[in-house]
Amino acid sequence: MSTSSPNNNGRHEPNLQCEESAGLDRATLNYIERAAATGLYEIRGLGSKRRLPHFDDLLFLGASLSRYPLEGYREKCITKTVLGSRFASKPIELEIPITIAGMSFGSLSANVKEALGLAATSMGTSTTTGDGGMTQEERRSSKTLIYQCLPSRYGFNPDDLRRADAIEVVIGQGAKPGGGGMLLGQKVSPRVAKMRTLPEGIDQRSACRHPDWTGPDDLAIKIKELRELTDWEKPIYVKIGATRAFHDVKLAVHAGADVIVVDGMQGGTAATQLAFIEHVGIPTLAALRQAVDALEDMNKKDEVQLIVSGGIRTGADVAKALAMGADAVAIGQGILVALGCNAATYVRDGKHFSAVDDYTALRTAPGFCHHCHTGRCPTGVTTQDPELEQRLEPQVGANRVRNYLKTLNMELTMMARACGKQNVHHLEREDLVALTVEAAAMAKIPLAGTSWIPGEPGRM
Amino acid sequence: MGGLTTPVLFDLSKQTLRELNKALHGPLVPGTVYRVENPDGAHSIAVGINAPVEVHIEGHAGYYAAGMNMLATVVIYGNAGPGVAENMMSGRVDVTGFASGGAGASAHGGLLVIGGDAGLRCGISLKGGDIVVGGSVGSFSAFMAQAGNLVVCGDAGEGLGDSLYEAVVYVRGTIQSLGADAQVEPMAESDLATVSSLLGAAGISHPASDFKRVASARNLYHWNADANQEY
Repeated sequence: MSTSSPNNNGRHEPNLQCEESAGLDRATLNYIERAAATGLYEIRGLGSKRRLPHFDDLLFLGASLSRYPLEGYREKCITKTVLGSRFASKPIELEIPITIAGMSFGSLSANVKEALGLAATSMGTSTTTGDGGMTQEERRSSKTLIYQCLPSRYGFNPDDLRRADAIEVVIGQGAKPGGGGMLLGQKVSPRVAKMRTLPEGIDQRSACRHPDWTGPDDLAIKIKELRELTDWEKPIYVKIGATRAFHDVKLAVHAGADVIVVDGMQGGTAATQLAFIEHVGIPTLAALRQAVDALEDMNKKDEVQLIVSGGIRTGADVAKALAMGADAVAIGQGILVALGCNAATYVRDGKHFSAVDDYTALRTAPGFCHHCHTGRCPTGVTTQDPELEQRLEPQVGANRVRNYLKTLNMELTMMARACGKQNVHHLEREDLVALTVEAAAMAKIPLAGTSWIPGEPGRM
Repeated sequence: MGGLTTPVLFDLSKQTLRELNKALHGPLVPGTVYRVENPDGAHSIAVGINAPVEVHIEGHAGYYAAGMNMLATVVIYGNAGPGVAENMMSGRVDVTGFASGGAGASAHGGLLVIGGDAGLRCGISLKGGDIVVGGSVGSFSAFMAQAGNLVVCGDAGEGLGDSLYEAVVYVRGTIQSLGADAQVEPMAESDLATVSSLLGAAGISHPASDFKRVASARNLYHWNADANQEY
């Protein structure tokens, strides 16, 4: 809040005539002015931008006298991750517990989908389709491809279902739990339109509920159908946008999911109403804790695997998520940034070119852009424009994403070794402390230097 | 619809659903007829077939009968639970009795014929398949239907064709109410031909001229950024 303005000497001094309101600050004034001018809600891409309790608010207790650390480069630290061992005859086996989250062809270009497949394959992890179906590019380039079954069922078909390595039934998304998807007309290109059976260039809305089932009892029957269809081979994930995560996870487990994906409110989107992004759902930290509580309460922790997503950016985030009880993480926005989202330049034929003018045209700047919904991505990541999509060469994108995943995995194993673990899945809650009271309460991790977990009886 | 070959029998009171579906996913000889006895309302009967075979279900089926069907002809001699022929790609599914909610949901192709009435959300999210209902359909039928045709020989419930894209609904009886962005339009020659042809395929005889056409007004195709501008 600013209460100062330059006086005659050019110095900033308190000036009650220029006091900024906390309630009606400049961002809020701008919001109201815009609403008054257009009569439309603001739509944007990416995830929540507000400050939230997050993995940054947790710290690791490295080994010391009471715990024995492992040598960073010489002693083994296993990262292998198996997902979907509950009912599926062919579980997913990954080299690292870091997966690529579901993002649609439509929101992303075919080049990007190919790049993600190449990167995931080279790191021994999985990538995921999105609303709009499976592209040949991503199937070809991905060794392990998770096929989403979404409310819209755009492009959903039994051939691709049989070609997939696992099925993810999407109930909701962290950016908009309770909301359907949207893809603005600029991105509904001829190919996207054809895949989704839609007229070209329309502002596409997708449903928020599945067309052929309602409620958890139906979901159990739907999951059985998918199993029968695929001869009980493929793991079935259920993805939930985090709200009442404790109950929703229990219902999903009860419905027969092999793997639960919980997406917190920091999770990204290609296009969603601003009010939805910032005001619906709970932070990933809180959601993860509730999901683990639910699995432990049902005694299913080792039987049903948990993937957490929503704002995972660093190897430390991954390590903390695993320590809290996740089996793996899924990353969307971090991957986009690795590809070049919000970068000042793009690479073509090995040379960097400035994209700043294109950010300016969107009335934004590198580092602040969230204009995925416009399809005018200055670095060619979230676009269907034939010119712009050339700014992301699949091999360049694949190299960047591979490097990013590699870095995260190195950081993850470094943390695990420092905590004395030979396997990243051995990281545990006891390895963590919280920096803030909010994080301590949400994550049920003691505040650093104390044994206090807010709300836990008898632990003051 | 009877095939010339001796039917392969599956008795679901003695054999499991898994055995049936596994057999139907195996290499199949085109034209083979499968006869499913004692279905007893089991869910997911004959889902995921990908061959030109015939399946005769001798009784009521539960959820998702003939789900995601490709190429096969599946006949249910009885009623069908929710999501019959959901996401069908091609082939044909007949229900001699009634169908519950979400019949033919998101079907991309093929023909679904329901002799009796269909419940709520018949043809929801339809993506190119055709549905003929001999009786009436429940509320919110053809919700967000994108392509294909829904022919209703009886009446339609509330909110018919809400948020329709390019699918077309034809109704012979009364429409309780139309959903957002759906409108009644005049029947063109091509509509009469479509209805006649689908009724013919379904084996139901009504004059095509008895039907009304319901299609999208296309007012929801774009967020109208100019509608409420200040100037």
